[in-house]
Amino acid sequence: MKRLRLFFLAPSAVILFALFLIPLLIVAMYSVLSRGAYGGVTPPFTAENYVRIFDPLYLKILWRSFWVAGLSTLICLILGFPLALFISRAGARRGLCLQLVMLPFWTSFLIRTYAWMFLLRDTGLINTALLATGLLRDPLPLLYNDFAVILGLVYGFLPFMVLPLYTNLEKLDPALLEAAADLGARPLTALARVTLPLCRPGILAGSILVFIPCLGAYLTPDLMGGGKSIMIGTLVQNQFTTARDWPFGAALSLFLMALTLGLLYLASKRSSGEDLL
Amino acid sequence: MATDPILELRNVTKAFPSHKAVDDVSLALQRGELHALLGPSGCGKTTCLRMVAGFETPDAGQILLNGDNIAPLKPYERNVSTVFQSYALFPHLNVFDNVAFGLRQRGEKEVARKVNEALELVQLQAKADRKPAQMSGGEKQRAALARSLVLEPDLLLLDEPLSALDPNLRQQVRGELKALQRRVGITFLMVTHDQEEALSMADRITLLNRGRVEQVGTPQEIYLQPANRFTAGFLGAVNWLDEIGVRPESTQLSHDAPGHEAPGDGARAHRGRVTDSTFLGDCYHVVAEIADGRQIMARVPRSQNGYHPGDQVHVWWQPADELHLPR
Repeated sequence: MKRLRLFFLAPSAVILFALFLIPLLIVAMYSVLSRGAYGGVTPPFTAENYVRIFDPLYLKILWRSFWVAGLSTLICLILGFPLALFISRAGARRGLCLQLVMLPFWTSFLIRTYAWMFLLRDTGLINTALLATGLLRDPLPLLYNDFAVILGLVYGFLPFMVLPLYTNLEKLDPALLEAAADLGARPLTALARVTLPLCRPGILAGSILVFIPCLGAYLTPDLMGGGKSIMIGTLVQNQFTTARDWPFGAALSLFLMALTLGLLYLASKRSSGEDLL
Repeated sequence: MATDPILELRNVTKAFPSHKAVDDVSLALQRGELHALLGPSGCGKTTCLRMVAGFETPDAGQILLNGDNIAPLKPYERNVSTVFQSYALFPHLNVFDNVAFGLRQRGEKEVARKVNEALELVQLQAKADRKPAQMSGGEKQRAALARSLVLEPDLLLLDEPLSALDPNLRQQVRGELKALQRRVGITFLMVTHDQEEALSMADRITLLNRGRVEQVGTPQEIYLQPANRFTAGFLGAVNWLDEIGVRPESTQLSHDAPGHEAPGDGARAHRGRVTDSTFLGDCYHVVAEIADGRQIMARVPRSQNGYHPGDQVHVWWQPADELHLPR
């Protein structure tokens, strides 16, 4: 029995070790070495790369990333909660609704991002239509700005908010809402006093699942932000390509990871500190 | 009836896509009574309760509370309150806030005083800070009762109030619930599938079957004068001999021919052979097969038991204990 368990666990253990832990250790080592003349790393060991992160230039980018990720998460929550609530009450059509939420995953995120760019650019569908109506003389600046980045992030990560919220709402005992109504609460009051507080675990899980990938997002800010509104993901990528500063890129990656883990730790402490359900 | 009924259902009908749950039900609750809606599962009793609470809307008919038709009103517009089968206490709120929930919706003053009074009524003051997850089934039930009673509803609805409790607690809670009802003087409408619960607690019982009312009456009337075979059979076991029914506790057994206490009429005395004897703790259920092959069950007190399978016995009963009901 025990050997059988080992047999089945071994492949995933090997994969995790070889493809996750070892690269991570390599990144960690790079982060404390010096930059090579044409990329790569050379001795000596140094902490300089970590000190540089606190340069106001990079702190500003970090702050921007938090701000964009936070706003995207909030918008996902505002859009996702009613949707999850609707699906949880859709009866027999629940399965279909969930399929529709997950439908975008059937094509590549890159292709979908390009599709958005075709819609939003100056000669795109939206601007062409608006110009044709004569309401506007110049196209709206829909692409290559913060609006586009946040739109892309919200679009891309909304399902990650909807699914945990749905799971949470679906488990909610319908008798609790009946009890609230029975005790004189109108539907909106019941939503605020009963449904929302009992959805805290789902809200927390959904927010983590959206916030963390948004924070480190690279593709969306790079393509839809047009390189103007830079976020950490783009900064890291730049270090490994144009800047050829691998050690600083590695230090940035690890710093971002540490921040993310710290946030997760805080979130888990908050949710276990009180008894949820 | 001496006073106007507090609640009246008039020809209420409710159909679901799969079946007709409630079919032309009429009933009237007297002020201050504890009324039980009794019936097998799927008989429509819970649907009736949910229509009174406002969670379901009747397809036809009227629901009158103090003479006003409340059928079109939303649950939050009716002065009735429900104790749910699962209690449905808000898990994120402690007992105090659960009980205060309804008062706060009404914008009442003196919330703390009223909540404390209600908690005192159900002897739960010491647990005011507890969350539902930290309480026993009995405590949760009392919290749910306090949460409803604090609103002083015209009518308290209880959906299977004892079914979620441990069996050994049920006996005790029956008495407590009845005493509580007497003390607060609020009309209780209780749904149950357990005939013993209905008999022991209710002032009057409405027996439902397949969405229709079979009989309304006091526990004694329903048990001793059942209107039909369904009622007779639902409230307790019956031995049927054509149109005559005899309950096991009225059926007498003896090894010797019955003496002066037995009726002279031969129709009420049979010879039989014991085929089975089951020990139930306080008594035995002894089954005897009489001449025409029919099985008759008798409830025999433990002190009088001496019947074993194969024994030849006399089976008899008093004419007064017979139920005369056509098929």
